Amino acid sequence: MNQIDQLESRSIHILREAYAAFDNLCMLWSIGKDSTVMLWLARKAFFGHVPFPLVHIDTSFKIPEMIRYRDELTRRWGLNMVVGQNREALDERRTFPDGAIDRLTCCRVLKTDALRNTLSGNWPRLRFNHESDRYEVDADTEPYTGVIVGVRADEEGSRSKERYFSPRDRGNEWDIGDQPPEFWNQYKTDFAPGTHVRIHPLLDWTELNIWEYIHRESIPTVSLYYDQGEGSRYRSLGCYPCTNPVQSTARNTADIIKELRTGKFVRVAERAGRAQDKDDGGGLETLRREGYM
Amino acid sequence: MQDKLINIVIVGHVDHGKSTVIGRLLADTNSLPEGKLEQVKKTCERNAKPFEYAFLLDALKDEQSQGITIDAARVFFRTTKRHYLILDAPGHIEFLKNMVTGASHAECALLVIDAAEGVQENSRRHGTMLSLLGIKQVAVLVNKMDLVDYSRTVFDSIVEEFQAFLSQLDVEPVAWIPVSGMQGDNIASSTNDNIASNNGDCVAACGSPWYEGPTVLEALDRFKAAPPLDDKPFRMPVQDVYKFTRAADDRRIVAGTVESGRLRPGDEVIFYPSGKRSHVKRIEVFNAESPAGAVCGQATGFTLTEQIYVKRGELAARAGEKPAPLVSSRFAVSLFWLGRKPLATGRDYTLKLGAARVPVRLAEVRKVIDASDLSDTGKSAIERHDVAECVLQTQRAIALDLADDFPGTGRFVLVDDYEIAGGGIVREALADQQSELRRRVFIRDSKWVGSDLHPIERSRRYNQRATLVLITGEVASGRKDVARLLERSLFEEGKFVYYLGIGSIRYGVDADILEGRSDEPDEDRLEHIRRMAEVANILLHAGLILIITARDITQNELDIMRTVLGDEIIESVWVGERKTTDLAPTLHLDNVSDTAEGAGRIIDMLQRKGIVFKPW
Repeated sequence: MNQIDQLESRSIHILREAYAAFDNLCMLWSIGKDSTVMLWLARKAFFGHVPFPLVHIDTSFKIPEMIRYRDELTRRWGLNMVVGQNREALDERRTFPDGAIDRLTCCRVLKTDALRNTLSGNWPRLRFNHESDRYEVDADTEPYTGVIVGVRADEEGSRSKERYFSPRDRGNEWDIGDQPPEFWNQYKTDFAPGTHVRIHPLLDWTELNIWEYIHRESIPTVSLYYDQGEGSRYRSLGCYPCTNPVQSTARNTADIIKELRTGKFVRVAERAGRAQDKDDGGGLETLRREGYM
Repeated sequence: MQDKLINIVIVGHVDHGKSTVIGRLLADTNSLPEGKLEQVKKTCERNAKPFEYAFLLDALKDEQSQGITIDAARVFFRTTKRHYLILDAPGHIEFLKNMVTGASHAECALLVIDAAEGVQENSRRHGTMLSLLGIKQVAVLVNKMDLVDYSRTVFDSIVEEFQAFLSQLDVEPVAWIPVSGMQGDNIASSTNDNIASNNGDCVAACGSPWYEGPTVLEALDRFKAAPPLDDKPFRMPVQDVYKFTRAADDRRIVAGTVESGRLRPGDEVIFYPSGKRSHVKRIEVFNAESPAGAVCGQATGFTLTEQIYVKRGELAARAGEKPAPLVSSRFAVSLFWLGRKPLATGRDYTLKLGAARVPVRLAEVRKVIDASDLSDTGKSAIERHDVAECVLQTQRAIALDLADDFPGTGRFVLVDDYEIAGGGIVREALADQQSELRRRVFIRDSKWVGSDLHPIERSRRYNQRATLVLITGEVASGRKDVARLLERSLFEEGKFVYYLGIGSIRYGVDADILEGRSDEPDEDRLEHIRRMAEVANILLHAGLILIITARDITQNELDIMRTVLGDEIIESVWVGERKTTDLAPTLHLDNVSDTAEGAGRIIDMLQRKGIVFKPW
């Protein structure tokens, strides 16, 4: 077993533990490379099936190609796709791109609030109906008690302190100063009513590992990650008003791996193109304590 | 570069400079993201704080403002030799649970001691924890050598003192290194390298030219990755048995992660504690050819040739490999306790080992040890941060191994009130009341002469699942009447059913013990129960629904029957308002107006559980 095999097996083990422990389990899918690797790992863990819904929080400011790719994979892999959104804020144009609020508040409103209320079932969930081929309001409003999230420890400071199974209290808050112990491969699968557990199968993966795995497994990824001849590509995907492409001529996974191993990104942080991180004093701790991914 | 990841934890007393050493290592090996060092320096300037390398790791706002590490950070690091995941653990006693969390994921450790302060309480406590967690490869860093003028005498005396302590724990460090995290001495480059690069000049901080051993960076590369346990007997805790029928997939896949050994198609596997056996048909995998086998560390899954009922929590082993897993409900352990409330006898906890999960109680405290000096505290209560040797009693038997033989299946955690509150390793499986019975049943099953007819064939023909309905209650509770009517009703519906009265066994099968009556009536009764269960076993193999009545059945007696017959084949019914034993029955018939209602409610239960089907 090489390093990638080790990482893969550990992640699959965690996914299976989560599936055994939580009746109401879902996986957050951001359409990005990390959560797509996680989706692939789920298909491996459950032998081709994904036995829980995928939840996508749609800020409406995602690059259109991301949404097309989301729906295409949903159809092709027969996924149980659920979409949540802060409809009210969008209707009232209470967003950063509308000039109404700052970046961090916008993340809070369109992502954290939408996530919190979609997980709890307070706001409508739209589920993809494979027969009618469109999204319809989901009758299921039960709160999700286990939420699988594709964060990695190498992304930023507060994520380096995460557990594989990390509890969130009733208000979705993360008590970072008093996290439960987690020994060997025994995880926190017991939780009080009203609380939920975030599950992080990718904690030990680095950005390079993710690309090495995408390359090895030929996992389909959205084309925004690759240079289409203009000398730029996205290294990390988010909302278009707050995410910038990087100058790079990497056209495929092999190019990206080479660039990360020996090229100019060896020592440049992945989220350097994400504006909200800088507004939080160089990290996402404040946002993440409140329930941000 | 070896394409393997190795996990290292850095431990030691609070303020002895763990985060500084790691921060320095990252900075001096150019491993930090561009601008990170400058950014942290600028933040320090803005807050009028002197820069510390520790700030590179102490990412949380509370950590930076208090100047201590609260939770273990994961740091990725690579040398020319291999990849590392370094877990920077906190040293403050308050955060011991975070230290153990980090250390439990590591294969090797760096233990830091402050040269000026010397060996402190948590230096020793962390040493004890490493030993309990099974981490054998340790390098000791004597840090802040700049504060003691790089004195060799100071270094030697710390080495001597701490070596004496570690030897009691059977920990033999691979290196003792004098370092200065602040000055960068012997971290990524040695004093002597630094002198050489200054054309032989001994510059400001002269360092420790007397030291000729490895730097921290070199010591890391000298750690050996834990040898794979491929050559040990096969062990795989069953995480689940998957069947995605709704997605038109009829495979029944036993899934789990291999803790040791290897498995190939055709191998005979035995599941413990049930003792069920089958053969591996195929190693299942998504999106690839079925592999030739599964190896240690792999998350895998396989289908079986003979369909048997196995469930999460069992331990799969390969037939014929020695040692086989142990099965017991009573075992001696070494454990550490981190719960706020003491670990106490008479309180229910949950034990998690492998994929098994079972209620457990503390049965006996043998010794409570002070982890900071290994002395016997003489206490009988196990309080927060204590290490203890004790005996645990689980509610039912589980499969396990001794930690010395199989680390992965020989360790456990204890859950108290939703929280993991302690963990430990199994030292010895002790005999419990049913050890002898389990041994006999195991032999019986291995010698059992199977029929060519599969149980599923009988089940389909009879429209029923073979089940023992055990009807109990007080004397004169009317249980026999209920049993007879139940037999009649099921028979009328075309079921294959038999009512076995206890007297029918007593004067035939039990004739020998009836004659030689022992003075221990209880012992007689348990032997009656065992024989009754063995008779039932044969009739259940024949596919019958078997009804047995016996008065005042206790939980222990039901457990004996379960050991003989298996958990899932028995349904127990208590007849009568007053329950006079500790039995937890499947169905309690109270407030029943007449026999017909009683029998009717049992039939409802059998239908609901899918034991009888068609024509209902």
